[in-house]
Amino acid sequence: MGFRFIPVISVVLTLLVSGTVNAAGAIKIGALFAVTGPAAFLGEPERNTAQMVVDEINRAGGVRGHKLELIVYDTAGDATKAVQLATKLVKNDHVAAIIGPSTTGESMAVIPVVEKDQVPLISCAAGIKITDPVKKWVFKTAQNDSLAVARIYEQLQRQRLTRVALLTVSDGFGSSGREQLKAQAARHGITIVSDDTYGPKDTDMTAQLTKIRGSHVQAVICWGTNPGPAVIAKNARQLGLKIPIYMSHGVSSKKFIDLAGEAAEGIRLPSGKVLVADLLPNSDPQKRSLMAFVRDYQKHYRAEGDHFGGHAWDAVMLLKGAIERGADTPAAIRDQLERTRQFHGIGGTFTYSAHDHAGLGKDAFVLVEVKNRDWVIVK
Amino acid sequence: MKRELLKFLAFSALVLLAPLLFKGGYLMNVLVFVGINTMLAIGLNLLLGYAGQISLGHAGFFGLGAYLSGILTASYGLDPWLVMPLAAIAVGCLAFLIGFPILKLRGHYLAMATLGLGIIIYIVFNETVELTGGPSGLSGIPNLSIGATTFDTDIRNYYLIWTFTLVIVLLAVNLTNSRVGRALKAIHDSEVAARVMGVNARLLKVQVFALSAVISSLAGSLYAHTMTFVSPASFGFNFSIELLTMVVIGGLGSIYGSFLGAALLTLLPELLRGAQDYDIVIYGALLMAMVMFMPGGLVRGVPELVRKVTRMKGRPDHA
Repeated sequence: MGFRFIPVISVVLTLLVSGTVNAAGAIKIGALFAVTGPAAFLGEPERNTAQMVVDEINRAGGVRGHKLELIVYDTAGDATKAVQLATKLVKNDHVAAIIGPSTTGESMAVIPVVEKDQVPLISCAAGIKITDPVKKWVFKTAQNDSLAVARIYEQLQRQRLTRVALLTVSDGFGSSGREQLKAQAARHGITIVSDDTYGPKDTDMTAQLTKIRGSHVQAVICWGTNPGPAVIAKNARQLGLKIPIYMSHGVSSKKFIDLAGEAAEGIRLPSGKVLVADLLPNSDPQKRSLMAFVRDYQKHYRAEGDHFGGHAWDAVMLLKGAIERGADTPAAIRDQLERTRQFHGIGGTFTYSAHDHAGLGKDAFVLVEVKNRDWVIVK
Repeated sequence: MKRELLKFLAFSALVLLAPLLFKGGYLMNVLVFVGINTMLAIGLNLLLGYAGQISLGHAGFFGLGAYLSGILTASYGLDPWLVMPLAAIAVGCLAFLIGFPILKLRGHYLAMATLGLGIIIYIVFNETVELTGGPSGLSGIPNLSIGATTFDTDIRNYYLIWTFTLVIVLLAVNLTNSRVGRALKAIHDSEVAARVMGVNARLLKVQVFALSAVISSLAGSLYAHTMTFVSPASFGFNFSIELLTMVVIGGLGSIYGSFLGAALLTLLPELLRGAQDYDIVIYGALLMAMVMFMPGGLVRGVPELVRKVTRMKGRPDHA
């Protein structure tokens, strides 16, 4: 009986022992991504991109002669696991910096760990709380929701639309967007007439939309990630809702158009520039980085590079920049990160300072519209 | 009784000396969570393993303890040591009140009702954004401290958490060896027979449900103060199932089995991390093998396996 297990056990042991072997002089970078679980749509492209960029850097001879060694752990989107793995990266792997986690909740959970053990963290999550107030060791690459909200409100102002209805998803992304939509409304002269939410797994939003139809609004703003907003687009079309619909950057990928089909036509949303990289004028300072990222991702993974991968691309390149400027200890990398000026990445043009660890301006977003099943830039 | 005392002392010694083996390192951090999960598994085992009543909503009680401690200390600045028992009492009362209607149900219906309870609590954490911080969580929860000592390192937290865990182990062992424990086991075997023997089955079931909730809440408070951050995702349906797995894998109706189950399910994913993308497959296969070959849980299965192996080795000598 007991002997039958021996082959199984020996396979497991072999797998355990054959872990990472360090190359001498390599600089270790830890990464925490939600590769599995509900946030896998973030974690998987992030992991792929980070690995791709690090491999490329090493193939080109590393940074100042140092190879980079990427240690990736899967948090499965669980805050408790993220904390354990952050501790592991710091205490056992002795990494010089950490990239990730993928979600705001996990990022908030690991902040106490990196602040105490003094290791720089570049989060790939969007939540504004991560870097506001500024924490000494914490940076982020994903655009703040506030910038996306400002982009939508500016457009509405230009078109003199003032009465809006909100429809937000009840998860971290939706609640953060809802908070910002409410906070910035008055500043742009906008009145929120109705404010509804829907569950992340809901499959019919007719009830909320019927209510909105009856309330004389001039535009609907919907905040969510796939597939909810596609359902809303379809329901709106079925109900014959004629007013303009704005979505968030949470659905700025081809997937949304595939899901919503015909109903996506005319929908507008703020988006990072990667979605429309080939449509950007050559004068755009980000164009070179964007085209390189899209091309490489296509080559390695035969898939469209998206914003989420872009967050990891930015994080690795920001670290590379800091190391290039002479840093190799956690403290020096942190100081050099803070001195990043005018880095043209995927998410935008980053300029960090002692008061700003998010680093992006309003130009990080462009407003796009769905036309003929593709994106066009709204002028 | 003397044997129980010896077992407890041996277990305490193991807990006390374990940090010497894993000096520093992140495993200390994982062992802190083994302690918290042991408490939770014991709480659930009292209900499931002894009284035979299932609960798929225990992550909810765990979360209530964590959020009550988190909100009252981080947002209202109350003393953590004061909030902890208050939260436990509040959660206990809630469980007591809910317990009366819910525990009238049996089998699948009880599972459904407790499942619903857990999901309702989870939704409340998610939707009351002003209070709980919603899905992106609540941060800024203080560490516990006694006098000038703040429990802000893994090793300090280890001894803090395990002190609580050992007290709970001791109480649970005493309880299960008392008249009440025997009454619980009687309910497990046959509720009618237990009532015929003069056991107030209905009240006792509700009481053990409340006790189990109190232990979960206490574990929740400790979790909040060690993590200094809580978010709803940690208290969802998945975690209720994980707790149930700990109790079943460890051994139903065994306090030390709860520890084994909690330790295995917390440590195994860490040990398998070297296997990269295959870790989940191996994890699942191991759990399946354990349930198939050790239906009584680790606490009974491992000694039996050892006995079988030694007998096999002994056979050639006698032949």
